Amino acid sequence: MRHFKDSLLRALLWLSAFLSVAILVMIVGFIFYKGIGLISFDFIFGDYSPSGDGGIWPMIITTIYTVVISLVIATPIGILAAVYLQEYAKQGRLVRLIRFATESLTGIPSIIYGLFGAVFFVTTLKLGMSILAASLTLTIIVLPVIIRTTEEALKTVPRSYREGSLALGTTKLQTLYKVILPSSMPGILSGIILSVGRIVGESAAIFLTAGTVAAMPESILSSARTLTVHSYLVTQESGDIELAAAVGIVLIVIILAINLSATYISKKFNKATNK
Amino acid sequence: MEQRKEGTSIINVRDLNLFYGEKQALFGVDLAILEKEVTALIGPSGCGKSTFLRTLNRMNDLIDGVKITGDIIIDHEDIYKTNDVIKLRTKVGMVFQKPNLFPMSIYDNVAYGPRMQGIKNKKELNKIVEESLRSAAIWDEVQDRLKTSALGLSGGQQQRVCIARAIAMKPDIILMDEPTSALDPISTLKIEELITNMKKDYTIVIVTHNMQQAARVSDKTAFFLNGEVIEYDDTDNIFSTPQDQRTEDYVTGRFG
Repeated sequence: MRHFKDSLLRALLWLSAFLSVAILVMIVGFIFYKGIGLISFDFIFGDYSPSGDGGIWPMIITTIYTVVISLVIATPIGILAAVYLQEYAKQGRLVRLIRFATESLTGIPSIIYGLFGAVFFVTTLKLGMSILAASLTLTIIVLPVIIRTTEEALKTVPRSYREGSLALGTTKLQTLYKVILPSSMPGILSGIILSVGRIVGESAAIFLTAGTVAAMPESILSSARTLTVHSYLVTQESGDIELAAAVGIVLIVIILAINLSATYISKKFNKATNK
Repeated sequence: MEQRKEGTSIINVRDLNLFYGEKQALFGVDLAILEKEVTALIGPSGCGKSTFLRTLNRMNDLIDGVKITGDIIIDHEDIYKTNDVIKLRTKVGMVFQKPNLFPMSIYDNVAYGPRMQGIKNKKELNKIVEESLRSAAIWDEVQDRLKTSALGLSGGQQQRVCIARAIAMKPDIILMDEPTSALDPISTLKIEELITNMKKDYTIVIVTHNMQQAARVSDKTAFFLNGEVIEYDDTDNIFSTPQDQRTEDYVTGRFG
């Protein structure tokens, strides 16, 4: 009987693992099957044309713009906020409140952020429908992610490192800069990677703040269209599943490339510091 | 309690009380620690000996809600009246219970303190690193691998590099908080030898659980119990002819 239960549990575990992988493979497989026929050099690097046979280079550039601008703003603010909460703030009600707020922020549907962005950045700050407005909205979306992961990373730095450093007559800032931040770098990096995924995958909030202009953006104040928004609109307007799937392939490859390079970087980092 | 006035005292503690919030952990500690001697602090767990040690370089400042009354004079200066904790900690080094080297190379670990003090000259740093590692009797074992990670060393080697790291600051006093409690007997012996050799240059205050260790390495011993110093005397006297019944009970192993 005990043996039977054990086998049953084993089978269940195996099945769950199999199912989750199978679903992923099916989705990726479907997208590749539908879209691979359209992938070509011209499709990726060609300029867009409304007739439908043009490329998606403007969307790729727009996507890169939003990722870079959002991260350039969100990373330093997020890390500084996490350092303040974890290392400097007196742990009390205020800090608990801030933590609760950041946690709640991660759970809000992105369309709400989009609406806020459309009202505040686009209209009130008069940025118009633009890459900048979208990037600022995305900054708010990923900020809690970066703060949380950085805080977790800081928590894993052993107390003994802090004590060891301070006991050598260093200031708190020196200890932070030379010992604590380097030791928590892999964790901070993984937070940034998560954010990249979040930004690249976002559509609703961008749709409402950057608009849908399908052309190469002239500046960050131009309205433009990211890959996900493009994918959505193509499906919506023409029902061209193949084109949408081809855009999907490009998205998957970009995210895969980012994840692999991030794993590589954090491994390098670990080697430099731990080995 | 008996204090013998010979040699020069470098640390003078007068009527020291320490509170963790409401709870009092040290009660009216008076202690004069002599220059270039090894002073051992012994006593059962929770008797306040580590807490006391950590007041000497103000490491207790890191804990919220710690309150201290009384005076600690180090080198004619009341360390709780000056605000220069940095200067105090460069003068009073510390070695912890478990080796706590940073995840960097051996060289960078030892050079860490001097670099933070603003020493950038490569030659000077090389000299400090070599001298410190030699003083900690670990140079021969690590000279070929200075640029490799310090965390690849054995526990005993790491602890000696920790001592080198403290020495690199050229302190007057080195505090050791049960430095061998995480080490095997052979590594322990090496550290004890090292302590004996170091006392010609440094004043050492060591907390230990191990009474044989106190007897082997120290000149003076203070016996702590429930946050009070019960007896403070030459180590030989503490172990052969203790004045207080409680000291005798402890050193003969009747409790602890």
